[in-house]
Amino acid sequence: MITIRALSKSFGDNEVLRSIDLDVAEREVVCIIGPSGSGKSTFLRCVNRLEEPTSGSITVDGVEVCNSKCNLDAVRTSMGMVFQQFNLFPHKTALGNVTLAPISVLKLDRAEAERRGREMLERVGLAHKADMHPSQLSGGQQQRVAIARALAMQPKVMLFDEATSALDPELVGEVLQVMRDLAGSGMTMMVVTHEMGFARDVADRVVFMDGGVIVEQGTPEAILGNPQQERTKAFLSRTRT
Amino acid sequence: MMAAPMILAGVGDEFFNGRILREMLPGIVTEAMRNTVVYTVFAFSAGIVLGLLLALARISRRWWLRTFAATFIDTIRGLPALLVIVIIGYGFPIAYKGVTGNFWRWPFGSFGSKYLPGCFSLSLVAAAYMAESIRAGIEAVPRGQMEAARSLGMTQGKAMRKVILPQAFRIIIPPLTNELAALFKDTSLIAVLGVGVGGREILQYARTFSNATGKTTPLVAGGIAYLVITIPLLQLVSYLDRRAKRGTR
Ligand SMILES: Nc1ncnc2c1ncn2[C@@H]1O[C@H](COP(=O)(O)OP(=O)(O)OP(=O)(O)O)[C@@H](O)[C@H]1O
Ligand SMILES: [Mg+2]
Repeated sequence: MITIRALSKSFGDNEVLRSIDLDVAEREVVCIIGPSGSGKSTFLRCVNRLEEPTSGSITVDGVEVCNSKCNLDAVRTSMGMVFQQFNLFPHKTALGNVTLAPISVLKLDRAEAERRGREMLERVGLAHKADMHPSQLSGGQQQRVAIARALAMQPKVMLFDEATSALDPELVGEVLQVMRDLAGSGMTMMVVTHEMGFARDVADRVVFMDGGVIVEQGTPEAILGNPQQERTKAFLSRTRT
Repeated sequence: MMAAPMILAGVGDEFFNGRILREMLPGIVTEAMRNTVVYTVFAFSAGIVLGLLLALARISRRWWLRTFAATFIDTIRGLPALLVIVIIGYGFPIAYKGVTGNFWRWPFGSFGSKYLPGCFSLSLVAAAYMAESIRAGIEAVPRGQMEAARSLGMTQGKAMRKVILPQAFRIIIPPLTNELAALFKDTSLIAVLGVGVGGREILQYARTFSNATGKTTPLVAGGIAYLVITIPLLQLVSYLDRRAKRGTR
């Protein structure tokens, strides 16, 4: 589904990603963990080109994303992204958030978009909040609307960048549950997270990044239970919960 | 003791002369205020459209658009508005008279020759100031909004129209209302262009009467005509500011 080869990214002379290779299969859930500043967000943002890679190639569902001929907006409709800060549109209701892109990008008619939108809100358990504005929702609810907004585009891949890091502890669970359900439904997912429990339960593969490289990857049991690299061991002992 | 009533009477005669005030009616409303409103509405509408284009150019990814917009905005803002109005409103019609017969009359008929030189030059001034307010509003919308819109497959332009500008406009309503009040006063600068009878705005209308009577009363009347509009507008600005600070949606 996703093939990443020799991906590098620098901000000025700060080399944030150094020649990363990674493949993600269809229906696979890959969790990316690593210390702060290791380049996880940058990596994820390169995949849908919110960040311009310095070099390397990324193929998503057969489309070369870094190619200048590639229609970036079309590729992005097949990749949903969920941000740490939710980034809901504050001037729209929950339903308005969820229907905006289907109407303006996919050209669905309003009735069809709203039907699909309500279905997605239902899926994240917020059908009854459809007419609320983001400022009237809790952080957990906002993040679930953000997930519904991405799902309404019927993406083939979902990218999560620390989707629960900005949430109060008691609201983390509801968002993780939605992500679990999504993984259970067979969605291909790349998940940057600090939630080791989630990685252990849900991930097919865990990738440990540090200093802009993939240090180690494997099954959750292998990486979280029996890491081989010193850096992985050090990181896990610091974040042990 | 005797002096006080006499001084008051003198003040009344000079500044609040009832006979002259009556003479100014109804023209001060039907001609002067009306034209001031027409100039303001025209310059504000044209200014907001041009200002939006300038603001977008100012933050464009193309360096030449950015440079052009920044140069234009800074030039206009760096000059006295009066000078801009004289150069554009006075100089252009003369310079182009040979080309079009009458530069301003050509596309707009008599309306053009009467109103346009002033309106057009005022629009440029308004656009330059509004462009800065609009740009500030756009930049006040968090970066994540554009990223979220783009990640949903919206083009840059679509994201701007559907996501960024609706939020930016909420932010800039107070400064733009302020700009409207400023513009309303700045229409007085058009008086230097010497628009003929029928096209006079408040200041020129008042000056005509003041020159004819040798009294200050017409100017005081003109001042009142401005205040009738500007005070409510300024009240509105501070109301909008207070509401924005309370952080309502
Ligand atoms: N837009 C940018 N401009 C310059 N440097 C940047 C930019 N974005 C990220 N960086 C730098 O890239 C490095 C990696 O940042 P990144 O956000 O990818 O790390 P991260 O692994 O996601 O960290 P965290 O866990 O704190 O979110 C950091 O050193 C950061 O300072
Ligand atoms: Mg990050």
